Amino acid sequence: MLNDPYDRRSILRASALFGGLALTAPMPAWARGANLAHGTVRQGFDQVSGASIDLAIGEGMFATGGRVGHAFAVNGSVPGPLIRLREGQEVTLNVTNNLAIDSSIHWHGILLPFQFDGVPGVSFPGIKPGETYTAAFKVRQNGTYWWHSHSGLQEQAGHYGPIVVDPAGADPYAADRDYVVLLSEFTPMHPHSIMAKLKKGDAYFNHQKTTLTDDYPLSAADRLMWGKMRMMPTDILDVSGSTYTYLLNGHGPDDNHELMFRPGERVRLRFINGSAMSFFNIRIPGLAMTVVAADGQNIRPVEIDEFQIGTAETYDVIVEPTREQAFAIVAEAMDRSGMGIAMLTPAAGMRAAVPALREPILLTMADMGMGGGHGDMQMGGAPAADPAMDHAAMGHTPAPAAKPDDAMGDMAGGDMAGGDMAMRSMAGMNMRDTSMLPPQVKVGPGLDMVAMNPQDRTGYPGLGLDKVDHRVLNYRQLSALEANTDRRTPSRAMEIHLTGNMERFMWSFDGKKFAAVSEQPIRFAYDERVRVKLINDTMMVHPIHLHGHFFEVVNGQDPAHQPRKHTVNVQPGSSVTFDLTANEPGDWAFHCHLLFHMHAGMFQIVTVESPTGASA
Amino acid sequence: MKTLITILMLGVASPALAQHSGHTMTMPMPAPAKKPAPAPAKKPAPAPAKKPAAPAKKAAAPVKKAPAPVRKPAPAKPKAAAQAPTTPTAAMDHGSMGEAMPMGDAMDPTMPMDQMDHGAMDHGAMDHGAMDHGAMDPAMAMDHGAMDHGAMDPAMPMDHAATGGDAMAMPVPLAPIPLAPPPPEAGSGPARAAEAIYGAEAMREAREALKHDTGGQSFAWFMADRAEYRARQGRDGYLWDVQGYYGGDIDKFWFKSEGEGSFGEKPEQAEVQALWSHAIGPWFDLQAGVRQDLAGPDRTHAVIGVQGLAPYLFDIDAAAFLSNKGDVTARIEAEYDQRITQRLILQPRGEVNLAAQDIPALGIGAGIDSLELGVRLRYEFAREFAPYIGVEQEWKLGGSADFARAAGHDPSVTNYVAGVRFWF
Repeated sequence: MLNDPYDRRSILRASALFGGLALTAPMPAWARGANLAHGTVRQGFDQVSGASIDLAIGEGMFATGGRVGHAFAVNGSVPGPLIRLREGQEVTLNVTNNLAIDSSIHWHGILLPFQFDGVPGVSFPGIKPGETYTAAFKVRQNGTYWWHSHSGLQEQAGHYGPIVVDPAGADPYAADRDYVVLLSEFTPMHPHSIMAKLKKGDAYFNHQKTTLTDDYPLSAADRLMWGKMRMMPTDILDVSGSTYTYLLNGHGPDDNHELMFRPGERVRLRFINGSAMSFFNIRIPGLAMTVVAADGQNIRPVEIDEFQIGTAETYDVIVEPTREQAFAIVAEAMDRSGMGIAMLTPAAGMRAAVPALREPILLTMADMGMGGGHGDMQMGGAPAADPAMDHAAMGHTPAPAAKPDDAMGDMAGGDMAGGDMAMRSMAGMNMRDTSMLPPQVKVGPGLDMVAMNPQDRTGYPGLGLDKVDHRVLNYRQLSALEANTDRRTPSRAMEIHLTGNMERFMWSFDGKKFAAVSEQPIRFAYDERVRVKLINDTMMVHPIHLHGHFFEVVNGQDPAHQPRKHTVNVQPGSSVTFDLTANEPGDWAFHCHLLFHMHAGMFQIVTVESPTGASA
Repeated sequence: MKTLITILMLGVASPALAQHSGHTMTMPMPAPAKKPAPAPAKKPAPAPAKKPAAPAKKAAAPVKKAPAPVRKPAPAKPKAAAQAPTTPTAAMDHGSMGEAMPMGDAMDPTMPMDQMDHGAMDHGAMDHGAMDHGAMDPAMAMDHGAMDHGAMDPAMPMDHAATGGDAMAMPVPLAPIPLAPPPPEAGSGPARAAEAIYGAEAMREAREALKHDTGGQSFAWFMADRAEYRARQGRDGYLWDVQGYYGGDIDKFWFKSEGEGSFGEKPEQAEVQALWSHAIGPWFDLQAGVRQDLAGPDRTHAVIGVQGLAPYLFDIDAAAFLSNKGDVTARIEAEYDQRITQRLILQPRGEVNLAAQDIPALGIGAGIDSLELGVRLRYEFAREFAPYIGVEQEWKLGGSADFARAAGHDPSVTNYVAGVRFWF
């Protein structure tokens, strides 16, 4: 931390400006924009780097926007420090737990020996109070990542921070300025209290439910249909802005967080979704963004105007503001219950207009697993449904990029037009036809729905973004910049069903909570190449994360350029397929990265056998 | 009984449904559409007519570089072949793919293929046949390094981009990759890798904690659904209706208590139930236990019932009681939350009490003992705290009405209620 040999371009000024990099920016707290009334936890982060890095897990009070509450803070700040590494270096991370309870740190997206991966009960025993834990490994990659606690619900309460690994060679996407934009939430509510309310309350945090007086484009028949299913079309995110203040680099919307630029500069923004339970829609009105990396892996540039980032994903974008004006970086919660704001500005204090929250959104037929899934088929179809959604015609004519689904599966005939489809499909449909499930899926109270025709929706931009009138990123646009090294055809395939019960707030893989399968990990032979299909039998999107590996999302790109990811969003009622080369021996966590879904049981262990065949 | 429930539910439902009349019914309920019948994805049903000979074990069939419409079958391991079809379905011609996609292969047909035209990629050099895991030696992994990556130009035009107009390629089906369990080389047994490094004892403790923290927790809940003052002809009265549980997702200890009376008199009715509650489906729990009456003649009952959420979001609580005197009674309650705004909620509620026999000591006649229909309007200051006002009509029916009249009571009572609903 004292000496940053890699800081050639003096980049990542976010930390310098707002985290108060102790040596290079010896500003008092008030000058860093921190509210003196806070108590002990600083907003924003320092940078730590070098061969040996010390981290100390502590706690204190955190405040933003009038909300005050307890937080876990690493090195005294929320988020914790930016860990800045260089590809190829050896690093020793010393993590001291100053809490009265066990803690841990998982290095999210970092390739390392499994025993340093930081998941208590899987990769190590956890860090006891007062203990210092050391992880030492060689950094084998570059890109944007993050770290967070994997103990209990500590991640919700501030125990997270960014990681940036500079490439050993030239960066193909070098920029004049380089900022981390870490998205997260703050809540004064105790995380255990949130969990209890999710279990006991009836969609406790959703204040956008359908009512007699709402403006949702739902007909009476639609409403009845949803009621019949015992589902809510407004179940978008489990925890909302009713209790969350959305943070960018630890700063709430009222905290005037600024990222500086000079007109004409290339500015790289490393978006990290370090939230516990939130998907964000990211846009910078007035600026196009060029996406250059996903989950830390370079991709071929894609220019877009907005993208949705799932929990635990990262996207690097480059923007090139040319005018002497401020731009608002808008991180709108997917359910539109709140937003995080920062200003990209050429002069301190300059402000851009902040757009209003957009209208709340509704789930659609596709989210029920009814195939279709053209997004136009929003139940009730207030937006004029794209007529003539003729499947036959869709087959291979070059469908427009935004078409979420190639839907080669036949939806009951293939000649239905838009809105009519909704009710027609509904009639007589069994939303929980368990005969469609493979035998490994346990049918029980923890499974309230079976997607009857789950489609690959990698072309879908994310809930609520399929109808906007500008360019939105989708997974099919991701194409790896550097070719994948393993292009073998997978020797076998496997399916994992994502299962849940919204009403009981139960979440699992294959209908079995972790407690039921903790002794039966998902096993791979060393270097085995496997095609894994995730089928989402729920109406929520799940960001599924595999520790210790990158898998390649099968998104229609040629195998050499299928994008490498560590976390993949599985859209509601849909499927995603990835190819995995299981070449990191050991036990690894595999879970939904929505913290409370994981906490409810949506977690498994993946065991990769060691090359020698001996137990890893 | 079923009819009763239906009638009850219709009664409760009608106000809610009626309120939707303001919305235009833009979606007539059509006749049931033919259910799309994708063959269960798991059932292997490849078209037998097109079945090429399965490749023999280790038949080294290098991947075709040409974009031939006929796909190489996935390399079949003998074991996998025994469990899943390895035969490709009909020729998957990109051009004709839209409509001819058969459903029901071992793999979803939308599964993209990764053996598409790879252009200049040197795939041919990779011997897929040699990937038999039995024969795979660890060193083989290193062969990847030998693959000619250098020759791969990142800017290489992708054939799919060419057809798709931009980088958006459509996933293309692939000769099915067999669904198969892990090979023997994947090992077996629980995940214990960390024990070798950190010790079995330390890991055991952490593992137990993880199990508990990842779906194994128990929760406690208490709710006063109704705690109210009841204004009516004659003496005003009171009522409580509370319940709570402690437990996990499947099994819970559930307790309920309800009672009512008039001020200045002994409680008319009061009871407490202690139940074991077991989830029997996504929305319903089966509950069994005991009920102790605390007012009137001393009675203890065995209880069996179901509680949960019925289609159209009715909260249902139905239970049958067998008393220590041998009397069989039943009670069915239904509630529906009709949100008017996010915080203002109208709750129609119905309750019917049934008896299998006359119970003169309790003033109960066989058949439908009593019926209650009410509606409460609450305002949720917080989800957990909602004062309400409402009205409820009670009728004693049949033999019970006769008993009531004989005792000098009106078998029909209208209560104007004010109370608070709260939970934690």
